Amino acid sequence: MKIVVTVKRVPDPYAKISPNAEGTDIAQEGLQWAVNPFDEIALEEAIRLKEAGKATEIVAVSIGDEASQEQLRTALAMGADRAILVQTTERLEPLSIAHILARIYQREQPQLVLMGKQAIDTDDNQVGQMLAALLDLPQATFASKITIENGTATIQRETDAGIETIRVPLPAIITADLRLNEPRYVALTGIIRARSKPLEVLTPAELGITPQARVRLVAVERPPARQAGKRVQDVKELVRLLKEEARVI
Amino acid sequence: MKILVIAETDGAKVSEKSLPALAFAQQVGADNFTLLAIGHNLSGIESLTRYGAQSVWVADDPRLAKPLAERYAPVVTQAVQQAGADLVVATTSTFSRDLLARVAGLLNTPMLSDIISFAIRDGHAVVKRPIYSANLIGTFEAEGTPLVLTVRGPAWGKPHVVERSSPVQPFAVPAELPTRSEWLSLQGGAGGRPDLTQARVVVSGGRPLKDPETFEKYIGGLADVLGGAVGATRAAVDAGIAPNELQVGQTGKTVAPELYIAVAISGSVQHLAGMKDSKVIVAINIDPEAPIFQVADYGLVADLYEVVPLLIEELKQARSG
Repeated sequence: MKIVVTVKRVPDPYAKISPNAEGTDIAQEGLQWAVNPFDEIALEEAIRLKEAGKATEIVAVSIGDEASQEQLRTALAMGADRAILVQTTERLEPLSIAHILARIYQREQPQLVLMGKQAIDTDDNQVGQMLAALLDLPQATFASKITIENGTATIQRETDAGIETIRVPLPAIITADLRLNEPRYVALTGIIRARSKPLEVLTPAELGITPQARVRLVAVERPPARQAGKRVQDVKELVRLLKEEARVI
Repeated sequence: MKILVIAETDGAKVSEKSLPALAFAQQVGADNFTLLAIGHNLSGIESLTRYGAQSVWVADDPRLAKPLAERYAPVVTQAVQQAGADLVVATTSTFSRDLLARVAGLLNTPMLSDIISFAIRDGHAVVKRPIYSANLIGTFEAEGTPLVLTVRGPAWGKPHVVERSSPVQPFAVPAELPTRSEWLSLQGGAGGRPDLTQARVVVSGGRPLKDPETFEKYIGGLADVLGGAVGATRAAVDAGIAPNELQVGQTGKTVAPELYIAVAISGSVQHLAGMKDSKVIVAINIDPEAPIFQVADYGLVADLYEVVPLLIEELKQARSG
């Protein structure tokens, strides 16, 4: 079984993000970059499937500028077998990303596409579902457990109502939630081995895609700050204020 | 502007989660909106008829008895075409994120998730939505018809009730539906307490609650005296003290109740992202420097084991008296 895994380059999840001086985007100066944490979980799951003998090849795919090679090298060091960068400097909307991934899917013919449920930059949570729609494939979003057996995947999904279990035939698109696994640290031997693994660079045009820009980010600002209120001395005062001042009980 | 609102259902009953999407439709579309509810033998339909929709369409079919996006999406796209909708809208939830992004893919049209404002300027939509885990607000311009939207519940509130009741009409389900995905089971649920994302009061606890029994005794006990829901931090969930569906924060649920009580919660950025839209925030923490106090309307520096039992007693008296 071949698995395609997406790897998005995003600001480090622990970095403090601020708007730039013009308020048109985030300030990028001095920012550290990382693999989108949800994609990292998807990749870890693919590696575990390979270690369990269920998968034979893992192809890591990123879409972004040249610097995304860094995150693909991380993916190769973790355990992906080869990598593809669809190189573009444009900021692409989720639907365009899904169209590019659909072309990659047609080229690679994997049995499974594993991806993060969302990227922690724009938090859209759309691409996996859109890709499944474009390819007319089953989808299982927000996976917290995946079992592959006899050409089907049984997935536990984290929904607002609790853990839902569904079964889909492969090929399918599965998106990873936080609790699917804990990604491994990259070992030094992995980093060395990653250097000799293939990393192919393509352009959207080479895949026959002219990305549309129907959604544009035009401004970035901080949300209004909440003011600190008052300290209360004891429970009696708290209950009185909640009743008489805030009127919420 | 013609709007199609997708009601949230679990296949058997409609959920109150649809209300913010209806509030959006009233504000943006005036009375030019239609509601679609999908399921089998759905209960609670009449609750959707009070908000001025031109019609409430009900797609009923045994194949739609469970909320599988793969099956629901073609029903939605058919309704979009039939309604001639410019906007397809649902309240942000795992149901709508799963379903509407697939709908956008089928329609090959853009989607904007979790929006907090909407306007039309020079022929395109201008929306604001939280990005970078709600640390920033992005303004986006979008074109495309229809546009698919999920709306962030706390930002849109509740719709107003109108006198005229919307007519309920059956909606013809496509003869062919993909039935590859199979629904097997659902575990969880709030155990008799109100749904976390809809509750008027939420009481949340952090890692210092030690174990599930202690968590239930103090956090559950306080929630019950207020008729509220129970929430937890990611740290509490990761430590196995509370189940994940109770997680409030960037990696869990976003809540905005009238009253949020944070017990032994330090107030990490990741937790604040899920609750800072609450109307009144109370923080109880033994550490006077805890960041939660910077967003709390009322802060009590105290040991939870001392004050929570007192608070439960005091609230019982306040409620009876």
